[in-house]
Amino acid sequence: MSLSSSRIAFRQQSVIPGFGLTMGLTLTWLGLIVLLPLSALFIKTSELSFERFIAIVTAARTLHALQVSFGLALAAALVNVVFGAIVVWVLVRYEFPFKKGVDALIDIPFALPTAVAGIALTALYAENGWVGSLLAPLGIQVSFTPLGILVALIFIGLPFVVRTVQPVLADLDQELEEAAASLGATRTQTLIKVVLPSIWPALLTGFALAFARAVGEYGSVIFIAGNLPGVSEIAPLLIVIRLEEFRYADATAIATVMLLASFALLLVINRLQRWAELRGSRHG
Amino acid sequence: MTIDVVGVTKRFKTFTALDHVSLTIRSGELVALLGPSGSGKTTLLRIIAGLEWPDTGEVRFDGEDALSRSVRERNVGFVFQHYALFRHMNVFENVAFGLRVRRGADKLPEAAIRGKVNELLSLVQIDWLAERYPAQLSGGQRQRVALARALAISPRVLLLDEPFGALDAKVRKELRRWLRHLHEELPVTSVLVTHDQEEALELADRVVVMGHGRIEQVGSPAEVYDDPATAFVHDFIGETIALPGEVRGGALYFGAHALGLDPQGVADGPARILARPHDVDLADPGSTPFAGKVLAVRTFGPTRRADVELAGETGAVVVEAAVPHGQTLEPGTRVGLLPRRYKVFTSPRAT
Repeated sequence: MSLSSSRIAFRQQSVIPGFGLTMGLTLTWLGLIVLLPLSALFIKTSELSFERFIAIVTAARTLHALQVSFGLALAAALVNVVFGAIVVWVLVRYEFPFKKGVDALIDIPFALPTAVAGIALTALYAENGWVGSLLAPLGIQVSFTPLGILVALIFIGLPFVVRTVQPVLADLDQELEEAAASLGATRTQTLIKVVLPSIWPALLTGFALAFARAVGEYGSVIFIAGNLPGVSEIAPLLIVIRLEEFRYADATAIATVMLLASFALLLVINRLQRWAELRGSRHG
Repeated sequence: MTIDVVGVTKRFKTFTALDHVSLTIRSGELVALLGPSGSGKTTLLRIIAGLEWPDTGEVRFDGEDALSRSVRERNVGFVFQHYALFRHMNVFENVAFGLRVRRGADKLPEAAIRGKVNELLSLVQIDWLAERYPAQLSGGQRQRVALARALAISPRVLLLDEPFGALDAKVRKELRRWLRHLHEELPVTSVLVTHDQEEALELADRVVVMGHGRIEQVGSPAEVYDDPATAFVHDFIGETIALPGEVRGGALYFGAHALGLDPQGVADGPARILARPHDVDLADPGSTPFAGKVLAVRTFGPTRRADVELAGETGAVVVEAAVPHGQTLEPGTRVGLLPRRYKVFTSPRAT
């Protein structure tokens, strides 16, 4: 009895065959592709003594680089959620000329090599660039400052938000909005009380993806950032610098901290998302 | 509240959904808009609600122009075909929605909202489900939530779009009775869209039969069933036996054979004689207007139908006739058909 019930708990009777095979392949594949490099990272880090590890990751330069990376990645993801949602709204709800073209434009940051994006943005926002020359008289410098990093991170993160929210909003029954209006809700009330809660889980997913991408971004940022230690140096760049100095253990120590911090943040976002989804559709 | 629809036309690109429709709905009555799909009934309902605007024509609520007001300002309770419940809110909050979105002087204190919602939930008999979410409810329960939500705003008119369309037959019948009962208790002017004639005939005070964007007939359920104004209504509501014929010089003929039936003032030309199956008697072939050969007899439950082939000049016509209880009929025998009650309409087909 106890044997059979524990068996069932692990492997349920199902009409879909192939559980054993596919589960085995999944675990092998994840182990090979994801877990093996990760464990190598931890093993390499363990070459350091604990005191040395703490000293590396609490060094002013490291802390600042981590702060720049995570702070700006979060800020960029937030900006992308707000503007991405607006872009999605327009793409899903309205018909306009060249809609297909605008829709295709969203994917450009996906496809463009990040270095190209970085060079283009730097040229644009440099003091003598098209946009930079307009901002310079206002005292706003974008290229070679943290603001430049933010611009690059927003650029590469946009499609993640748009592409996750778009199908969800498209599936949202327009009758819901009509129902809200017939009950006397204003347009704003309908948006806040009906539409937003329905796309909330998708927005969180988009946020998480945009954030994860921005934390790890290297190619586009190093061109526009100026890379001043303690000002506009991002953590991935610091890792590369340490590698070039043959301080491999130092590099992996920073990487480990990045990994753990990212994992913790994504876990929180994931829980939030689960909670939002559960609120949206409680099944018994 | 009285609703006047005057000369309303609505086109979607090339398709004319409503073609100069005029209709008056009296205060407190329950009217069913009945018609096949594409007849324009849902479009008419959505125009009354303010979810759609007509190309031409007027809609008046108690004599006041309603078209200048948006759906938000019309104070109509709309029950959607698929309920359109808010998935992220529980039953209580769904019903309370219309009260919570009120601003300014109309805003109710929390206690009043709670009182009103609880009252409505017990009215629709789902007070025990208040904490559930829509995904946890059966179709019939969702229907009741949708209705309670629509009633929460104390609507001047209640509009229901195929309210029982997505439910199974048994629940549908039960909810139908219950809705009629509710209407007696709470006599809000109600308009119901349905393609189910049984539903319309059982539920409504008056039935508006629609076809091809026009109103074919408005009348009580008994009127539209017993005295259909057009061949369309006769065909659409109830079962119909169609007998061919032709009016010549004020008399009905089938081929060269005078039928001896009343042409009911139909002008000369091809005609259709329509009757309910139970209004056509089987009799001795020599004495009846129509006679033919029995091709087959089919039985389903309590009813039996016989396919009778009438030999005409332009070819045979097969008619389905009701076989009375206790009468046996063998395929191959000749039988006479005697319509006791019938309606004669001009045939749309040219000779």
